[in-house]
Order: sequence, then structure tokens, then C-alpha cells
Amino acid sequence: MLETAVFVVFALLAVGSALVVVLHRNPVYSTMSLVVTLVAIAALFVMLGAPFIASLQVLIYTGAIVVLFLFVVMLLNIGREEASQRGLPQKVAAGLGSLALLGFLAAAYLRLYGGAAQAPLSEDFVSMRTLALELFTDYLLTFELVGLLLLVAVIAATVLAGKPKDPPEPDGKRPEEVA
Amino acid sequence: MIFDLIATSAKLLVFLGVFLGAITPLMVWVERRFSALIQDRPGPNRLGPLGLLQPVADVLKFMFKEDVTPTSADRFLYLLAPVLAVLPALTTFVFIPFGPTVEVAGRQVALVVSGADAGVLLLLAIASLGVYSLVLAGYASNNKYTLLGGIRASAQLISYELAMTLAVVAVLLPVGSFHLGDVVAYQQAHAWNVLLQPLGFFLFLIAMFAETNRLPFDLPEAESELVGGFHTEYSAMRFAAFFMSEYIAMTTLSALAATLYFGGWDLFGYTERIATALAGVVGAEWFWMGAVGMAVLTTKAMAFMLLFVWVRWTFPRFRYDQLMRLGWKVLLPLALANTVLVAILILSGVL
Repeated sequence: MLETAVFVVFALLAVGSALVVVLHRNPVYSTMSLVVTLVAIAALFVMLGAPFIASLQVLIYTGAIVVLFLFVVMLLNIGREEASQRGLPQKVAAGLGSLALLGFLAAAYLRLYGGAAQAPLSEDFVSMRTLALELFTDYLLTFELVGLLLLVAVIAATVLAGKPKDPPEPDGKRPEEVA
Repeated sequence: MIFDLIATSAKLLVFLGVFLGAITPLMVWVERRFSALIQDRPGPNRLGPLGLLQPVADVLKFMFKEDVTPTSADRFLYLLAPVLAVLPALTTFVFIPFGPTVEVAGRQVALVVSGADAGVLLLLAIASLGVYSLVLAGYASNNKYTLLGGIRASAQLISYELAMTLAVVAVLLPVGSFHLGDVVAYQQAHAWNVLLQPLGFFLFLIAMFAETNRLPFDLPEAESELVGGFHTEYSAMRFAAFFMSEYIAMTTLSALAATLYFGGWDLFGYTERIATALAGVVGAEWFWMGAVGMAVLTTKAMAFMLLFVWVRWTFPRFRYDQLMRLGWKVLLPLALANTVLVAILILSGVL
């Protein structure tokens, strides 16, 4: 009973603040609502017996990534979004897309767990130990591939951020030689 | 159930009493007197013996000052920011143990407020939320200096959090647990971590200064460039909220450093012996375990706080690009190397 009440509170909080993220006109408020969403989802992780994932969620997403969002929003000084420029067709397409995603997720859920009552989870269903064991045995390939993907992203960012070399002048001389 | 509730409340009250009621005001006084000593001036010495009542006067001043909200400020976020500053500062210490598991009225009670499984990870997670208060204060004040301070805070705190977390990971590797109580037990069985992982301690120490916005890393405030930095537009108790949470965060991080690297509440096994000896004279053993453990822990933490003050009044401030370069190009690679080194030492059976 108490568990359901806590779940409902955090689930509503997550959904409500996620709506604010999308609907609010001020990007700083949207970013802060995203913080609330992520913390609420972390609370749901705790209820699912995964305190380790919950703390990682807060530590990495709210503690670092969203701070970077806020950093970019403030650095670029993005003001309030003025009246929406999006046309009706785009809104309809977005609505249909969201509904399709919802349907897909619901179908996947029903297919996996449909109808059958689930056994209650133990308090640390996903303990650090089980998580680490699964990551480094059953899911080792996926884990390494994700690491590779991140490495590629880092290299790409470094290349993009690096100073471009001065392009040679048309006659093959470098600018300083021309001067 | 009721027993647990009472025990947890009692432990919480002990921590709040010691940290908020004693150490934080004392630190404000130490900061003023010690800076005066370094600068060869008397410092506040009028109120009470040695000026010890000066923090009381400070608080009274904050309470009676006019509370100004800039007209062009984003009112909601402006009022929210100081609250967000105090919340993480007041919650993180619950993961720090101040004594062993003791027996009270026939029940086992661990002398730590929260025995959460993720322990120190949760501590770091909650502490990392403190950055929002600085960023929001900077944004909501609608002032270019505060905005610059807020932007600086966001980039700085993330950069140094990485090095700090990696240093903590290296401590946790040989222990094999996120419980700070296990970290203390490990040091009792082996040696203080400062001897086992000197590099990790050094990295943690540097990151500690950056995470609390203390000189030489107080770029978000930087009086000489940004007036007062992120809190320029705050006055009265709202300013005091930022001021106090900085000192409480310093206290908690000092206690964390003492626990991770200097044996925490343990004193080469003497904590228990002293407690047992005192219990032989008067009072219960669990009471003296908690009291002596707390005294040892706060003494170690106070040593770090003195270091904070000492460094603040003797070192010049870093430039912002130097700060970022140090964080990303020196501390982060060193922290990674330290973690790998510790892992290799564990695999080869040295640690």
C-alpha cells in the first residue's frame, strides 16, 4: 500500500516534470525540470531494487550531464522561446510518432510480461555484484562496443574542436609567407 | 521499528549538533582569526573571550539586514537557489560513520546515520547536486557578473568531480565495498590509506578545494574580477545560506577525507580502548564509543579545515584557463593512472 503510494508520487512527478521540460518556454526551467524527472526516475530505480543504478543515475545524469546542458543554455544566453513557429503538420506528425512509440513499448511489455503476476523484487535485485558479473560475462561484447562508441565520439569531438590548420594560399604559399 | 526510528533520529541530532552547532560557527571564527594572524593584524577580538562570540554577531547581522530581491531577477529561481545550496550540504554527512557497531539495550546499532548500500556513491551523488544552486543563483540574479560566476561554477565543479570520484574509486577497490564503515575497518586491518595511496590522497585534496570553491579555486566568486561572483545580488539570510552551506560542505568533505585516508573515527585501535576505559568509570559503553569516535573524527576533520584556511590566505587565485587545464590535463590522467595502478597492485597481491 505504502509502496504503491510512493510509486504513484514519483511516477507522477517524473511524468509531470517531463511535460514541463517539453512545454516550458524558458530553457532554464526546462533543464531544471529535467533534473526533477531524473531524480524521480532514480527513486523508481531504488524501488526496483537497484540502488546502485539509482545513485549512478543521479551522479552522472543530474550531477554532470544536465549541468552541461545548463552550461550551454547559459553560455549561449538562449532567451525565452517566442510563440511556436512549428506548423500544424509537424505537430500532427510528432503526436503520431509519440503514439506509435507508446504502442510499441506497450506491445513489447505485454509480450514479455503480459498478464502473469510478477514475484516481488528483493531489496537489491540488481546489486553491484550481479550487475558487474552480467556486464563482464553475458554482455561483454555490448559493453566493449559501447566503450568503442564513446571512444569514437571523444576522438570526433577532439578533431572538431582542434584548431584548423591555416589553409595554404592558392599559389601554395602560407599566409605569413605572402605577407 | 520505533527503536530504529529513535536511534536514527538520535544519530542525526548528534551530527547536526556537532557539525552545525559547533564546527561551522567555530570555523567562521577560525577563518577570521587565522587570516588575521597570517596578515599580522588582531582580527575580531572584542566579543567574548578571544572574540569567540563573533559568529553570533554575524548571524544576528544577517538576520536583521534588509533582504533585497532585484526587480529584474527571475523570482522563483532566485528564491530556490539558496534552498538548493543548503539541502545537499545538510544531507551528505549521513553516510559518514563516527564509531563501530555497538550494542544498545541488547540491539546492534551501527554508528552511522544511513547504512545505505551505495554509501559513498550516494554521498558523491547528492554532493554533486550542489552545483545547481550556484548556477541558478548566477542565472536568476540577472546580472552579468553573477551569470559569469554561475557559468564558471558549472564547468569547474564537473571537471574536478571526475578526479575526485576516481580517487575515491581507487580507495574503494581494495576494500570491495561502498560502505565507509568498511573503509575504516580496512584501514584498521592494514594501514591508513594516505600511506597506501599517497597519489590518490593528493588528487582528492586538490579536488576538494575546487569542489568547495575555496581559494586557490574560488573562480565562481573571484571578488577581484566578478564583484561577488554568483552571490553578488544576495543579501541577509539568503546570502548566509550560501555562506553557511560552503562551510558545512567543507566540514563534510573534511570528514570524508579523514574517513577515506586517515582512518576515520579510528585511532590505531585506541578509540575502543579509551571508550571501554571511560565506560568502566561512568556511563554506558555505546555512549563512550560514539562520543570518543565523534571526537576523533571531528579532530581529524578540523585539521583539514585548518588546512583550508591556511591555503586560502597564502595562495593566489588560479586563472580560469589554468584551472581547466589542471583539472583535465593533469588531475584526470593522474587519477586514471592511480586507479589502474591500484587495480594492478590488487591483482598482483600487493594490496
